[in-house]
Amino acid sequence: MGNVILDVRGLTTKYITRFNEGVYAVDNVSFTLEEGKSLGIAGESGCGKSTLALSLMGYYFPPLHYMSGDIIINGRNISQMAPDDVRLKVLGTEIAYIPQAAMNALNPTQRIIRFVEDVIQAHDPKASKKDIYDLARQRFEILNLSPDVLQKHAVELSGGMKQRTVIAISTILSPKVLIADEPSSALDVSSQKMVIRMLRDLMEMGYIKCMIFITHELPLLYNVTDDIAVMYAGQFVERGTAKEMVFDPLHPYSKGLMESIIVPEAGTREIKLAAIPGTPPNLKSPPEGCRFAARCKYAQPMCQSSSIRFLELDNARNYRCILPEVELREAYGRE
Amino acid sequence: MSEQIVNNNTDRTPCMSGTGVTKIFGAGANKTVAVDHVDFAFYPGELISIVGESGSGKTTLIKMLLGLTSVTDGDIFFMGNKRDIRTRKQKKEYWKGIQAIFQDPFSAYNIFNKIDTVLLDCINMRGGRKLPKEEKLRMITEACEFVNLKYAELTNKYPFELSGGQMQRLMIARIFLLRPKILLADEPTSMIDACSRATILDMLMKLREEEGMTIVFITHDLGLAYYVSDKLLIMEKGKIVEQGAADQVILNPQHRYTKQLLADVPKLTETWHLDDEAGPATFIRANPNA
Repeated sequence: MGNVILDVRGLTTKYITRFNEGVYAVDNVSFTLEEGKSLGIAGESGCGKSTLALSLMGYYFPPLHYMSGDIIINGRNISQMAPDDVRLKVLGTEIAYIPQAAMNALNPTQRIIRFVEDVIQAHDPKASKKDIYDLARQRFEILNLSPDVLQKHAVELSGGMKQRTVIAISTILSPKVLIADEPSSALDVSSQKMVIRMLRDLMEMGYIKCMIFITHELPLLYNVTDDIAVMYAGQFVERGTAKEMVFDPLHPYSKGLMESIIVPEAGTREIKLAAIPGTPPNLKSPPEGCRFAARCKYAQPMCQSSSIRFLELDNARNYRCILPEVELREAYGRE
Repeated sequence: MSEQIVNNNTDRTPCMSGTGVTKIFGAGANKTVAVDHVDFAFYPGELISIVGESGSGKTTLIKMLLGLTSVTDGDIFFMGNKRDIRTRKQKKEYWKGIQAIFQDPFSAYNIFNKIDTVLLDCINMRGGRKLPKEEKLRMITEACEFVNLKYAELTNKYPFELSGGQMQRLMIARIFLLRPKILLADEPTSMIDACSRATILDMLMKLREEEGMTIVFITHDLGLAYYVSDKLLIMEKGKIVEQGAADQVILNPQHRYTKQLLADVPKLTETWHLDDEAGPATFIRANPNA
């Protein structure tokens, strides 16, 4: 067991709509992340992946509200902190976030160096421009980004370059945890590879201690992260190592998800792509029992009523289903 | 899938072809060659994918095929004849034979038109203006059923009240009513998630099988292109660098660029080499099948 950096216990956050209805977008999520590890989060649109990322930062803006649970980064609980404290003491130094539309995150009228100054001076108002420039230059060189970028405007950079610049800026203070929310889904394959290479370098050189990578592209997750967690309707339904999750999923939903993978390899064309029928439940009033029961092929009457625990198997693998491992495997084997 | 179509097409006339198609933006120092002397031929009933990076000219090519931008140089042939769409009337006639689905369903609809209007317009465009009301209603209901939508739930609604996947399906319902000869699909699945993706792909396949439509599929996802198409065209910087049957291009790539694209896609059974010169990266786990 390595050094636990991020420990999340029973985190629940909800959106409050203007009609005062609660939407439980993240419901009782618990996980730990050790030093040097990366966790991938997969799931369909609207299952709460991005809300989880926002919730983990402890920086809540209406309509997102904190309900319960703990977020412990490096031994410090940030879930109860005031938003201003979070901004000053947590964001950037403990936890950093790369949004999906990072290419739109740069103000087109400013040079890149201004954003770096902004980030550093927010935490250390006395830092001199010379020191900041030297630090930025050094960091950009290490990360295979040309230091010339610092003097350019955002419009002069290509999409992949912008994304890498945003990553370099947001990790300039060496945060413990980096949350990357679909950092490469708007890029083509070659730029995507450069972005992933950069994240790898950041991890290897120890500038970030652990990473949470959110995407719906499963082949990418398989190649990038150590562990994969599958999210459905605001809850984790399964977590395991990347290899286990892709080749041997236990939960019926993860199984459906893994069957939708398409890669350019021999044999792909023989697979029949099958969509999971139905739609996810409305999170305003989620079903009492298993949230996947309505779409599940293996559902039983019991699934609808009793709430399902997040079971832990002996090899640090978790899944949320009423059926025991043996029965699930038997059911999959019959097909 | 249907390799026979690819192999037997020598004696058939292509429903759309082009020779030396070129598009140049700007002039002098700002001259950008977006599409550079491209030759292609699409045969009836084929599903062709055009694959390339951002900025390789895929979308410009499609816009030229649709007649949305002018062609700088070269000829486009449609149903065996040289295309002539200089007047508005000719364009309208042309668009009965060629239609498109775009990447972003959210911005593809006129926000002032109800869904009923959107679908009725398609019937009118195909010359069904004089049909009795019941017949029109039957056609619309049939089109909605084709894409697994319920007409009763759609009537009197506006397109923006639907989800992204539903809007994209409504787009396919339009195509079903119009029955063009050629359908150009410009990244139709890139803005919707993996689960709805399978449904959209299924519908495109069904359109091809039932209506014999030729589908030109544009994507940067090689896996998807390989899965759906008979034929692949690989574009780099405005040029088609490799084309052929899907199996041949993916499993036995010849051109340097195709090989590089394939190496850049994360796969399940091969190790993904992040540093091409330095060998497999330590951050990436070793091949589980090795």
